[in-house]
Amino acid sequence: MVPIPPWELKREIIVKSEEETDPRYGYLPMERPFKDQLRFGVMNIDKPPGPTSHEVVAWIKRLLLLDKAGHGGTLGLSEEIPK
Amino acid sequence: MKTHREETEEKVKETLKIFEGEIWQRPPLRSSVSRRLRTRTIYRIEYLEGNGRDFLFKVACSAGTYIRKLCYDVGEVLGAGAHMRELRRTRSGPFTERDLYTMYDLVNAVDLWKQSEEDSALMRIIQPMEVALENTPKIYIRDSAVDALCHGAILAVPGILRIESGIMKGTMVATMTQKGEAVTLSRTLMSGEEMLSVEHGLAAKTLRVLMPRGTYQKNW
Repeated sequence: MVPIPPWELKREIIVKSEEETDPRYGYLPMERPFKDQLRFGVMNIDKPPGPTSHEVVAWIKRLLLLDKAGHGGTLGLSEEIPK
Repeated sequence: MKTHREETEEKVKETLKIFEGEIWQRPPLRSSVSRRLRTRTIYRIEYLEGNGRDFLFKVACSAGTYIRKLCYDVGEVLGAGAHMRELRRTRSGPFTERDLYTMYDLVNAVDLWKQSEEDSALMRIIQPMEVALENTPKIYIRDSAVDALCHGAILAVPGILRIESGIMKGTMVATMTQKGEAVTLSRTLMSGEEMLSVEHGLAAKTLRVLMPRGTYQKNW
């Protein structure tokens, strides 16, 4: 039996307990202020052939004035993780 | 993939099917990993088109699978040999070609933002880090447990509000706030079922803190 790819696995949410979240702390991820979006964001970049992913990360750090950024694998497709 | 002699589509399709499931591979000489024999999983091979010696197909596989070696092995089974001609990764976990942007898109979006404070284009390209966790099983925790986890504490059962199905002992999970923010990446110390049925105990060990300390109120 071939296992199914992880991205096709459907999970259900099982509730143990309920509680309200305090609106004074934290943000909904889509509502993070701009600076935090940059800091805690990921991008899916189509890396041009030629430059290494390391170089691309360096460009992006300069472009967005980031201290730290990384990447999670390449090959026609790459993800950057500014942090 | 290019085969070393003419092959029929049927024969290639049949041969490709054999490779679905668990396969053994030893990394090639030119690789950054240790060259021990290891198993990989081929979830699915989708034959797309072919013509004499050139064949196009999609492989859904686990990370670290050498497609070059797969093509070579397909060639061995076919008899006359084959090699990989071109490769494009079209998916990596939750990331697909649909949400891809080019460097040009990025540069344009940044220019727009720098020149006219218009950040909508840039915000479309930058996604919250939580999207990277789409396929990671999640445990939703109380606000009161968040800051302790941000300091590296182990998650205790009372802190758990909701969990996703299919969590076993030793699974890598993401702990999340009720608002859907990622707090940590953790390794479970008990199964999901146990987490739901007991009232005390240590549920998950923190591997990596994602949320800065102090985001939520200190409660410990």
